[in-house]
Amino acid sequence: MGVENFFGDNIIFTRVNDAVNWGRKYSFFLYPFVTACCGMEFMSLAGPRYDLDRFGAALPRFSPRQADLLMVVGTISHKQAPILVKIYNQMAEPKWVMAFGVCTVSGGFYDNYATVQGIDTLIPVDVYVPGCPPRPEMALDGLIKLQNKVQKEKFSDYPKGAAPTTPA
Amino acid sequence: MADLTESLHSEHMVLNMGPSHPATHGTVEFKVTLDGETIVDLEVEIGYLHRGFEKSCEKGTWEQAFPYTDRLNYCSAIINNVAYAMAVEKLLGVESTERCQYIRVITSELSRMADHYTNIGAGALELGGYSAFLYFVEARELVWDLLEKVCGARLTSNYVRIGGLKNDLPPNFEQDLQEVFKECRKLYHDVDTLLRKNRIFLDRMREIGGISTEEAIAYGFTGPCLRACGMEYDVRKAQPYLVYDRLDFEIPTGTTGDNFDRYLVRMEEINQSMRLVEQCLKEMPEGPVNIDDPLIRQASKDKVYSKMEEMIDLFILVSEGVKPPKGEVYLPTEGANGELGFYLVSDGTGKPLKCRVRPPCFALTQAMPRLCKGSLLADIIPTFDQINLIGGECDR
Amino acid sequence: MPEESKNLGTLKDRFGDVIFDTHSYRGDDTIIIDKQHILEVCRFLRDEADLSFDFMMDLTVVDYLNQEDARERFEVVYHFYSSERNHRLRVKAPIPESDCTIDSIIPLWIGANWFEREAYDMYGIRFNDHPNLKRILLYEEFEGYPLRKDYSITKRQPLIGPKN
Repeated sequence: MGVENFFGDNIIFTRVNDAVNWGRKYSFFLYPFVTACCGMEFMSLAGPRYDLDRFGAALPRFSPRQADLLMVVGTISHKQAPILVKIYNQMAEPKWVMAFGVCTVSGGFYDNYATVQGIDTLIPVDVYVPGCPPRPEMALDGLIKLQNKVQKEKFSDYPKGAAPTTPA
Repeated sequence: MADLTESLHSEHMVLNMGPSHPATHGTVEFKVTLDGETIVDLEVEIGYLHRGFEKSCEKGTWEQAFPYTDRLNYCSAIINNVAYAMAVEKLLGVESTERCQYIRVITSELSRMADHYTNIGAGALELGGYSAFLYFVEARELVWDLLEKVCGARLTSNYVRIGGLKNDLPPNFEQDLQEVFKECRKLYHDVDTLLRKNRIFLDRMREIGGISTEEAIAYGFTGPCLRACGMEYDVRKAQPYLVYDRLDFEIPTGTTGDNFDRYLVRMEEINQSMRLVEQCLKEMPEGPVNIDDPLIRQASKDKVYSKMEEMIDLFILVSEGVKPPKGEVYLPTEGANGELGFYLVSDGTGKPLKCRVRPPCFALTQAMPRLCKGSLLADIIPTFDQINLIGGECDR
Repeated sequence: MPEESKNLGTLKDRFGDVIFDTHSYRGDDTIIIDKQHILEVCRFLRDEADLSFDFMMDLTVVDYLNQEDARERFEVVYHFYSSERNHRLRVKAPIPESDCTIDSIIPLWIGANWFEREAYDMYGIRFNDHPNLKRILLYEEFEGYPLRKDYSITKRQPLIGPKN
């Protein structure tokens, strides 16, 4: 899969690849999957002081079919987990996942019967932003790291397929 | 029209406004049975943010429960901290110092303002008023800057301790506060002129989601939603705690109990909170913020590092926790959504036997079917916004 | 010995045989009654003019497993408030582990519906004549009652994904 495997790694395709990645990284359409306290910091992030619009990621798309960056903001409980996997599977590729807040990274300090201990047990995650809640500057740093990651992608990385924990 | 539709086979449609929805603040699921656009039946399902608050509190000591209480009503975190600390102090039978009580009132009222800013801003956002959202998010940032100067964190403050506070107010706090309030009053005026006489806002909020006082009491309503129905019940006036009995403030009430009255009550409460904070800063005495009992609130570090008694007490406090005598208390306080009560049961050890929080928005969300049946699908949005469900508090 | 509050006196006169104990620890009036008579007592609390407890503020359960001086394993705790008289009351009803049922007070306060569902979800107490007694905070497939003292805190039952 991927054009560079067909035609070899020549200059036309690397330039096209760079241009496509440049377009993708500066125009994220977010799906803010907001559940808990981190949602307040997400509102600040979208607010006038720590502006997400500067990075091109201003427009939230509330349909997973139209979004490409799934920001999981806030604790995911075991009741919510199947819904998160469903939303992830409904998104079209290329798609990226940002784990916002320590509850999504590893469960936070909710080590109990109700909380998923990190969403990477359910779906593949691209960037982890810890913090309880993370300061908006940290989230912007995570976004920039994600942009650097997107810049280095190749055509052959996709398609990645459904989440590994999808029920049959 | 009715006789034309008799021969058509029609049935009610069940629509799922699922747990991940842009207009529901927090994760709730509404199973709406619709006849066209009119709601015939509504079933609310909560619990998508159940994080085991009570079980986590029972695992650690009394003092270790403070971060968990922060994340209950995360929009106004300090009110939860204060309520829990006061409940444990009631269990122990101690009272905090006067300066501590004034500072607790100041920070609680700032948190209440932040909560109302969030609620009104998000409510306006859902109805299309994006500018009001941006103004109030900026106002909330300014209030959070103040709270960050006091306790170091914007949202999850973990500021109050049993028997006192983490630290005293920083220097120059009063000047910073005057500047912030000047800016906040400007932003408040902007949002007020945008929304109060706005034709679209009025059409979507007036006469929607109303409820009578008797029904509201039967459902267990408290807080701004009950005051919008016309009943003047505020725990700060009815059973005053901290220094609220010495301060001069009013309780705004509505008349019809619809969404617009709830909005007006919250807007006026922001003004009353600012008034309370300014009064407290004038009347606050000097003095210590922590009580002088090293077995309840650890002594200052210079004493701990130089005297034997205080060091031993600190060891006991950290390893085993404060040990209230056997018994139970219920302490009601006025949270941003209504009566926030803590019911604590102690068995004499350093770990709580039971740490129950009475969530105000649990009772409010329960009434959603009653408020929405018969109205249009789009009326769920403003009604649910004004109920102000906070997932962390409702689901705990 | 401070004198007993007026409300406790009124209740003892009316329901003397049904009340096991009363106390006012830290100023909170509390009565402990037999669970069979909960509806009767609550109706009196709401309708009697001197008491007029119109708010049912809170309903919860305490698990006294391993506590030596507890009457029964569970205790259902109700908190009432009267807006007219501005006073509060706590009512407790001990429930044995062998018979975890109690009458529902929904006929008196419709707001008790979700509180009772939560008590069932977390502790397994069944409320008689409840219109919709199913889990509210956890999912239907969850087995066990997590807030009981013998349920381990990290015992996860994921619907999807790995166990730990």
